Amino acid sequence: MRPLLIFLGILAFVLPHRVAADEATLQRPKDPDTIRVVTHCASICHSIDYIQMNSPFLKRAQWEAEVKKMTKVFGAPIGDDDATQIVNYLVHYYGVE
Amino acid sequence: MTTRRTLMQWAWAGLAVSGGLISRLARAGLPQGTLDTAVLERLVGKQPLIKRSYRPPNFETPLTYFDDSITPNDRFFVRWHLMGIAAVNGRAWRLSVGGDAAIKPYELTLEQLKSDFEPVEVIAVCQCAGNRRGLSDPHVAGVQWGYGAMGNARWRGARLKDILARAGLSNEVLEIAINGADHPVLDATPDFIKSLPAWKALDENTIIAYEMNGEALPHHNGYPARLIVPGWVATYWMKQITSIQAISAPLTNFWMATAYRLPKGKFAQADRFISQENELTTPITEIVVNSVITSHADGTHVKRGAPIILKGLAWDAGFGIRQVEVSRDGGRVWESAQLGVDLGRYSFRSWQYTTIPHEVGTLALIARATNNQGATQVSELIFNQPGYHNNVLHSVSLTVV
Repeated sequence: MRPLLIFLGILAFVLPHRVAADEATLQRPKDPDTIRVVTHCASICHSIDYIQMNSPFLKRAQWEAEVKKMTKVFGAPIGDDDATQIVNYLVHYYGVE
Repeated sequence: MTTRRTLMQWAWAGLAVSGGLISRLARAGLPQGTLDTAVLERLVGKQPLIKRSYRPPNFETPLTYFDDSITPNDRFFVRWHLMGIAAVNGRAWRLSVGGDAAIKPYELTLEQLKSDFEPVEVIAVCQCAGNRRGLSDPHVAGVQWGYGAMGNARWRGARLKDILARAGLSNEVLEIAINGADHPVLDATPDFIKSLPAWKALDENTIIAYEMNGEALPHHNGYPARLIVPGWVATYWMKQITSIQAISAPLTNFWMATAYRLPKGKFAQADRFISQENELTTPITEIVVNSVITSHADGTHVKRGAPIILKGLAWDAGFGIRQVEVSRDGGRVWESAQLGVDLGRYSFRSWQYTTIPHEVGTLALIARATNNQGATQVSELIFNQPGYHNNVLHSVSLTVV
């Protein structure tokens, strides 16, 4: 099936987990700005391995479509500015230009 | 009259074709990020499976585990859509049967489900619609499954049509909608609810299973009861079901109206879900004919002059497998494999093929299944954006030493 709530996965990294400890070894967002964006959001929808699993082959427009799906269809509480920042992050680290 | 020259031309054409087939089949591979994040991990009640994502848990069965036509419960793949996965207590569990097209709504306990209806069994393949999505070329977004988002089990349960008959269906019934105990973690996220066309729900092979291979269903495969839709892809095989609703209008949520759909006309699907079709797309329905080699992985070393016993599985939507063939020359010559025991038309069919390599080097073997309708696999992916119905011929490249 289609990927689930990719971006809430980013949001989730700072929050307590009740899942396998091994998930703690997953790659984390690398730049402080993205961390700032995500720390004030509080939801856990999926693990962040969804992102790396889907890399590196999505282009900017495709990552934008994924972000849009997460916010518009799945109801991820992410504002437009934050969504743009998240897209930039995904394209930079996990996409192809 | 055939001249030497035309024979040569045929030979060259054959070589060109075979080279093309091998290179096409060999080109597809999982994305690098998928390979980097895949690890073998053990969920509760499971053997180590290939982790695709931790939350929700999506875990795939390694091909080497498929050494039998029946997939043991602890090897069966795991696929969840939403993070909210209930730990269901079988004694407290209730299944409600109702909907606007049901005449007398009622509720069942697990004991009643087992005792009130005639128990029936079916051996059937449960295969994710997106099995092999990770091999799409170009790659597409989604869970990047390899070959193992599938399994075959002996399911025991009650016929859905018997359960519906107790409620009584009105003439307006169009679809049967099924919900499970799993749920989203945000209110705004659409709950995972799926529907079947009434005709498929009333098929005698469509059951609500409470046993899998003679045991209670594992938690991760839908304890205490799940929907079994033989021949159809696993998106309809709802887990941990709590509600069956007979409805008179199409279910219009994201999981029906947007997801799990195919461009109209792209695949030859015999089963239609007319109430869900629109101008451009149609719901995915039945499984396409397919096969896989399970005994040997790419790069396996074999000895020159010693027999190779190649084994694998074949399956389709329930027409039954007529033939499995293997080619060792890139698809020019195909030789019949020996089919194993027939466990029913919805089951995996095992097969094996013996060959002796006479030269050292690389030996590529390709398997091809054909069903009783004459449908067979494709040598080139029928690309679709969601990455469904991948039945490209499976090949392994052995090293003869």
